[in-house]
Amino acid sequence: MATLTLRGLRKSYGAVEAIKGIDLDVEDREFVVFVGPSGCGKSTLLRMIAGLEAITAGDLTIDGKRVNDVGPADRGLAMVFQSYALYPHMTVRQNMGFALRLARVPRAERDRKVEAAAAILQLGPYLDRTPKELSGGQRQRVAIGRSIVRNPKVFLFDEPLSNLDAALRGQMRIELARLHEELQATMIYVTHDQVEAMTMADKIVVLQAGRVEQVGTPLQLYHHPANLFVGGFIGSPRMNMLPGRIASSDAAGVTVELASGVRLKVPVEPGAAQPGDAVTLGIRPEALMARTDGELAGEVQLVERLGGLTLLHVGHGADLPLIVQTDGADASRARTPIRLAVDAAACHLFAANGITLPHLVTHRLVA
Amino acid sequence: MERSLTQRALITALGWGIALLLFFPIFWMVLTSLKTETGAIATPPQLIFRPSLSSYIDVQERADYLRFALNSVLISVGGSVLALAFAIPAAYSMAFHPSPRTRGTLLWMLSTKMLPPVGVLVPIYLLFRNAGLLDTQFGLIVIYALMNLPIVVWMLFTFYKEVPNEILEAGRMDGARTWSEVWFLLLPLTLPGVASTGLLSLILCWNEAFWSLNLTSSGAAPLTTFIASFSSPEGLFFAKLSAASTAAVAPILVFGWLSQRQLVRGLTFGAVK
Ligand SMILES: Nc1ncnc2c1ncn2[C@@H]1O[C@H](COP(=O)(O)OP(=O)(O)O)[C@@H](O)[C@H]1O
Ligand SMILES: [Mg+2]
Repeated sequence: MATLTLRGLRKSYGAVEAIKGIDLDVEDREFVVFVGPSGCGKSTLLRMIAGLEAITAGDLTIDGKRVNDVGPADRGLAMVFQSYALYPHMTVRQNMGFALRLARVPRAERDRKVEAAAAILQLGPYLDRTPKELSGGQRQRVAIGRSIVRNPKVFLFDEPLSNLDAALRGQMRIELARLHEELQATMIYVTHDQVEAMTMADKIVVLQAGRVEQVGTPLQLYHHPANLFVGGFIGSPRMNMLPGRIASSDAAGVTVELASGVRLKVPVEPGAAQPGDAVTLGIRPEALMARTDGELAGEVQLVERLGGLTLLHVGHGADLPLIVQTDGADASRARTPIRLAVDAAACHLFAANGITLPHLVTHRLVA
Repeated sequence: MERSLTQRALITALGWGIALLLFFPIFWMVLTSLKTETGAIATPPQLIFRPSLSSYIDVQERADYLRFALNSVLISVGGSVLALAFAIPAAYSMAFHPSPRTRGTLLWMLSTKMLPPVGVLVPIYLLFRNAGLLDTQFGLIVIYALMNLPIVVWMLFTFYKEVPNEILEAGRMDGARTWSEVWFLLLPLTLPGVASTGLLSLILCWNEAFWSLNLTSSGAAPLTTFIASFSSPEGLFFAKLSAASTAAVAPILVFGWLSQRQLVRGLTFGAVK
């Protein structure tokens, strides 16, 4: 049982402000992911919640109680560090039982809880080893086990998977999601990897330069990014961004004219935007299709074959190449001309100030 | 290949040279202590002679070696423990909760070691006299602790710096308050370093002569005073002086020999890792 509220949270290091006023609610049992580019303040924010960094201004409450001045030992939270931070001089059993030992839990109960957690994480055979004698993935599991044993109000994770290889990362992602199901716990998870964010989160918080850019479910962020930054950050491969101007607008949407003269009608509300205003057209790689009658003309520069999927890098004048996602059977070859059709309904328009012109219809998977 | 061999031979020779140079005075002192007084001042110096323990017996008859030795042990251990008791929290706070002034404070602490002790002799002497600390073991313990504090703090600070902050933070998240953090995590993790710091402090205390000569007379006098008492009053008796000195340094030599592995490990703790 735990809810968290952040109100106007700020953090300054001398003259440098790392966190610039953050408001956020974390519901009970929610899996919240902080995502953003390196240096945006994710770790700092998490550490402020943990109590490891002092809060410069604002209020942090846990279950309705203001905890700004409560030390990390008394907040009842658990944290998994990127470096695992296992106690090198203790065995796995001692590592996992340390919190209980500090809390003067009797040995028998301590052992029972450690063994229960070890069973969940398949650490049973390693309980009497020291961290030195474990592989990276096992260490990671010990770090997670150490947090489970305490039955904390909230689990905090700071990029816990970034030191693992890709296969293990995928596996641990699933295990963490399963753990969240099983423990019914509130979790806050920091990552710079938007795939982790998309796959695990109930709620994603996109951070940039110490501010929240958008809060929403993974699909909300994907299909309805609030601004250019979120549009560009969420989604892999990246959204293609093309500069253009508004040609006209009516009840059915806004018509945008690209530099090449091509016109597209995107079903969004113009809001305050006027014909002639500069906008950015955002097209996801899967909203582009190779078709002989397509609106956009270009030349295939590079073909990335992933097996089941193929990514085409298509040059079209001066801009960055467009990235097109087609299926694995696509026969396109490099240095051949191509025409691309655009699924205009799936496109996004961003005003000159970066704010999204809202879609007329909400995506059907976004409630 | 050839050159590196000569180089190695040179380095070995140099090492042995320095070691012998350092060892020679001790060797000579032990040798002299086993001679008679006339043998001790004979020219050319005798290398082959009949060793005798008479100097040791004379020394023990004139002064109670054991009482001085006990004082030395008490004061060295006391001073080192006291220094560690203050230095452990001080170095912890400097290493893990530094402020903009921490570096400066550390340098300032070390700079006090550059002051000649005699510069503060008079004020300290007067303080001790007025506080009734002259010729007390407690007084010397305090002085020795203060004298070693800068070095002890510096050494502990460098050992603590090797401990990743996140391990202590993990401890804090696990519910550790400051003392549990130090006791359960920091001390076990830096034990070799703390031990070698303590050993070094013990050796420095044992060998200290300036303060012990000036602040004690008999009651709390350690072995350094014991040696000194054989040097001046009735002319120089080299054999007895050597016997007294040998008896005084023997315990610490044996101690150093036994703990050398620990000392070396601790002093190179950061370097090798
Ligand atoms: N102790 C510190 N002193 C000064 N600046 C810091 C400190 N810790 C973090 N910062 C700054 O705060 C910003 C956010 O850092 P961080 O939270 O680590 O980013 P992220 O985890 O998102 O990569 C960075 O610009 C970083 O330089
Ligand atoms: Mg970080």
